[in-house]
Amino acid sequence: MQVIKPLLAIRDLAVEFNLHGTPVPAVKGISLTLWPGRTLALVGESGSGKTVTSQAILGILPANARISQGEILFTPPNSETVDIAALNPNSQAMREIRGDKISIIFQEPMVSLSPMHTIGNQITEAIRLHRDIPKAEEKQLCIEMLTLAGFPKPEQAFNAYPFELSGGLRQRAMIAMALICHPALLIADEPTTALDVTVQAQILHLIKSLQQKLGMAVLLITHDLGVVANMADDLVVMYHGEIMESGPSETLFRAPRHPYLQALFAAVPHFDMKPGERLRPIREIDHETSPFRQSAAKKEQIQPQSAPHLSITNLSKSFGSRKGSLLGSEQTTTRAVCDLSLDIGVGESFGLVGESGCGKTTLSKMLMGALKPDSGSIIYSSRNTPIDLGSLQGEELRQFRRRIGLVFQDPHGALNPRMTIMNILREPLVIHKFGNEQSQRQRAKDLLALVGLSPRFLNRYPHSLSGGQRQRVSIARALALEPELLILDEPVSALDVSVQAQVLNLLKDLQQELGMTYLFVSHNIAVVDYIADRIGVMCRGRLVEVGRREQILRNPIHPYTRALMAAIPYPDLDRPLDFQRIIGSNYSDPQSWDSPYAHGPEQHTEWQEVSENHLVRVAVTATESTTAGTAGAEVSL
Amino acid sequence: MLPYIGRRILMMIPTLIVISFIIFVIIQLPPGDYLESYISELESQGESIDPAQIAALRAQYGLDEPFLVQYFTWATGMLHGDFGYSFEYGLPVSEVVGDRLFLTVVISIFTIVFTWMIAFPIGMYTATHQYSWGDYGLTLVGFLGLATPNFLLALVMLYFANVTFGISIGGLMDPEYLDADWSWDKFVSILQHLWIPVIVIGTSGTAAMIRRLRANLLDELHKPYVVTGRAKGVPPFKLLVKYPLRVSLNFFVADIGSMLPSIISGAEIVAVVLSLPTTGPILIAALQSQDMYLAGSFLMFLALLTVIGVLISDIALALLDPRIRLEGGRAA
Repeated sequence: MQVIKPLLAIRDLAVEFNLHGTPVPAVKGISLTLWPGRTLALVGESGSGKTVTSQAILGILPANARISQGEILFTPPNSETVDIAALNPNSQAMREIRGDKISIIFQEPMVSLSPMHTIGNQITEAIRLHRDIPKAEEKQLCIEMLTLAGFPKPEQAFNAYPFELSGGLRQRAMIAMALICHPALLIADEPTTALDVTVQAQILHLIKSLQQKLGMAVLLITHDLGVVANMADDLVVMYHGEIMESGPSETLFRAPRHPYLQALFAAVPHFDMKPGERLRPIREIDHETSPFRQSAAKKEQIQPQSAPHLSITNLSKSFGSRKGSLLGSEQTTTRAVCDLSLDIGVGESFGLVGESGCGKTTLSKMLMGALKPDSGSIIYSSRNTPIDLGSLQGEELRQFRRRIGLVFQDPHGALNPRMTIMNILREPLVIHKFGNEQSQRQRAKDLLALVGLSPRFLNRYPHSLSGGQRQRVSIARALALEPELLILDEPVSALDVSVQAQVLNLLKDLQQELGMTYLFVSHNIAVVDYIADRIGVMCRGRLVEVGRREQILRNPIHPYTRALMAAIPYPDLDRPLDFQRIIGSNYSDPQSWDSPYAHGPEQHTEWQEVSENHLVRVAVTATESTTAGTAGAEVSL
Repeated sequence: MLPYIGRRILMMIPTLIVISFIIFVIIQLPPGDYLESYISELESQGESIDPAQIAALRAQYGLDEPFLVQYFTWATGMLHGDFGYSFEYGLPVSEVVGDRLFLTVVISIFTIVFTWMIAFPIGMYTATHQYSWGDYGLTLVGFLGLATPNFLLALVMLYFANVTFGISIGGLMDPEYLDADWSWDKFVSILQHLWIPVIVIGTSGTAAMIRRLRANLLDELHKPYVVTGRAKGVPPFKLLVKYPLRVSLNFFVADIGSMLPSIISGAEIVAVVLSLPTTGPILIAALQSQDMYLAGSFLMFLALLTVIGVLISDIALALLDPRIRLEGGRAA
C-alpha cells in the first residue's frame, strides 16, 4: 500500500531580510504540515511572518529576503517530493510549480490584477504557461472556470477589464485565475479582508465549494478568527515569526492553551458582550486626559441643551459621472445620499453601518463641509445656538470647522509622511492660531498622552510608527482643537484585531471622559455594537433601519440588516455561517427585498415604528402614498 | 472614437487661428520692419537709397498697410499654400525651406530611433538592477550625457574625427553633392555623415529618457499585479515586458506631443556648429533679421505640429490604456 505523504511539509524554516546589511529574521524556524484536501489556517497579526511564509512556499520572496535554513517539502499528487527551499526561485522547475501546482490569491483584488489586460487575457496566460492546448480550447476552459467562480455572464467578463468589475467580482476573477490549472494547493492571503461582509461570505463559500470540487488543499492566511472558524480544519498561530500554538481548529477553538491565542480571542468584539464589558487588547494602553478634562467640564456647564447636536433633514447628494466612450456625452447620475433625515443627540455615539458604496462616506463629508448637499439641511446645535451648515461661509465656516474632528480609515494615507508627529499635531493649532509656539508644543505633548503615546514620538515621522500608533496620532490630531463632534470613518477596519481592541477602548474612554458626540461609520456591525448607543443601517443612500443598539441587534427587522448580521463570521465553531442564506441573492438591491420592504428606484418609502425609537423603512404602495408615515417621520422619495 | 477624433480636429481650427494671431503680433512687436533694418545696413555701408524707392518697396510688400490687413493677407495666403515672401533670400518661403525640411525630418527620425534603441534596454536594465554597479555606472554615463551641452559634444567630436581619423565630418553630405540632384551616391554620402549629428543630438534625450523610464518602471515593479504574474509562473523577461513596462509606457506616448515640434526646431546650435543644412539655423536668422513671413510661417508650422502631436498622443494613449479609453471622467 502506498504511504500517503503530506502535500506540504515545512521543516524548521527560517527566512531573513537583509536590511542595510544586517540580517533581520522574519520567520524563525517554523514547522507545519498540510495534508491533501485539507484547510490549514495561518493566523497572526501583521508582522507575524505569515505572508513571508506563503511567499517562501511560492518562491516569490522579495529580492532582499532569503531562506536561511529549513526545507519546504512539496509532494503534488502522482509525483515526486520537491524541496522548494532548495530550488532557485527563478528556475524552470520552480516556475512550473508556480501557478500550476500551487496558486495564490491576494488581499486586494484591484491592484493584484493588471489594469491594462482583460480578465480573459490574464486567466488564459496561466493555462498557456502550463498546458499545451489549442487556443479555442483555452478560451472555453477559461469561460468554464469563470462560470464555476460564479460569474453571471462569463462571456462578457472574459473581455472585461478589472476596473469594470466590482470588488467581489474581481476577487472571483482572481480565484478563477488561480484555479484554472487545478492546483493541488491554493494559498489564500487575506482573501476577504478588503471586501464587504456579505461579499466576504460569498467568496468564502466559493473557495470552500471549489475546494471540494477540485480536491485541493487551502492554506488560508488571515487575522480574522471568524473566517478561520468557518473555513479551517487545522490552525497554526504565529507571532513574531514563531509558532505559538498549532493543532486541529476544534481543539484550539474549544480550549486555547497558549496565552497569546487566548488574548486574540478576548480582543474580538462579539455580540454577547454584557453591558459595560470591555475588550481585552493584548497590550493595554494608558492614557492621560487631565489637561483636557477641565475644558470638557466647562463645556458641560454651559451646555445642558435639549436640541439634538446634529439635525439632518432630507439631505440628498448625487454625483454625475461620464460613462461609455471617450466622448463622455452620456451622463449618468448616482444618488449617493438620498433624502436622509437623522438626529444625533448631544454626547451620543451614533453608529452608521453599511457596505461600500452605500453613501456613508459622502454623508460624513457633507457633515464636515467638504461637499455641498444638493438639497436638505444640516443644523448643528451647540450651546443652544443652532447653526445651519449650508449658510456658513468664509471666516464663519473656518471658525466652525474647529467643532468637528475627523478620523479616517487609512492611517497610512491620513498622515503626511514628510511631517514629524509634532508638526502633524501642531498643524490644526497653527491654522486656527491657537496659543503661541510654546503652548502649542505643550499641547502636542498632552495630545500624545491623551492617546497613550509617549512624548518621544514627537520628533519621529509617521513611517516609523505601527498602524495602530499612526491611527492614535490621527485621533490625537482630530482632538487637537477640542471638537464637540468626532466623525470616525471606518477608524479600525485597517487594523489588526488586538490593535483594533486597543483603539476601540481608547475611543470609548475618550468619549466618556471628554463628553464628545461620535458619529462612527463602519461596515462591521460587531465593532459598531461595541462603541455605539444607537445604530443606523444604510443602504443605497437611504437609512433602512434605525434604533438603539440592543434593538437592532436583538431584533433586526429589515432584510438588509438581517443579511448583514447573518454574513458576519463568528469566531465560534458552534455558530457557523449559514451559507445557504447568503448565497445567490443580492442583498443590497432594494428590489430583491421581501415585501413590504422592497421598492423600486422611484418608489416612495416611509418609516414604520417597530417599537419605541426603533424605525424601519418600508415601501409605500401607490394607494396609500398620501398618508403620512406612522412614526410621524418624513415621507421620502 | 471617430466622433471624438472629429471633434478634436474641429477644436484645432480655433486654436490655430488664435496661435497665428499671437505669432503675428509677437513678430511685429519689435520696432521697425525688415526694410528699416535693411536700409540701416545699407547706410552703414555708405550707400544711400532714394526715399521714393523705399516707399515703392514698402507698397510692394504691403508693409504700409494697417496691421490687421497685413495679418489677414498672410493668414489667408497660408490657407492655399502661399506662405509669403522671404525678404532675406528674395524667394518665396516655401522654396527657402523645402529641401532643408526634408533633411531635418530625416535627422530627427534617425535621432528618435537611436534614442529609443539605446534608452529602452538601458532603462529596463537599471530599473531591474537598481543600486547595482551596472545601474550606478550607466546612470553616471547618462548624467554625463545629460549635463554636457550638445554643441560642446559636437565640437569635441569634430576635433577628434579630424585629428584621429583625418576626416571632416561637418555638413550632412560631401561638398560635391550640395547642389546636385538626388542620386544614390548622394544618399550614401548623407548616411555617412548622418551618424555624428544623430549621436550628438541624441545623447541628452537618451539620458533623460533612461532616467524617466527607470523611475516609471521602479514605481510599477513592486505593484501586486507583478507579484500575481510571478505567482502564475511567468518567466522574468516576459513578466517585465508584459506588465510593468506596458503600464509605464504612458509617459512615453504622452511625450509624442512635444516630440513632433522639436523635430523641426530642435538642435539649432548643433546644426550651426556642424553646419547642417537643416531648418534650425534659418529660423534663428529669420528672427534676427525680422524676415517676418519666413519666421511667422516657421512658427505656424511648429504650432501645427504641436497640435497634431498632442492629438496623436491622446489617441495613442486611449488605444494603449483601457482605463483612459473606458473610464472617461468617472471620478466625480
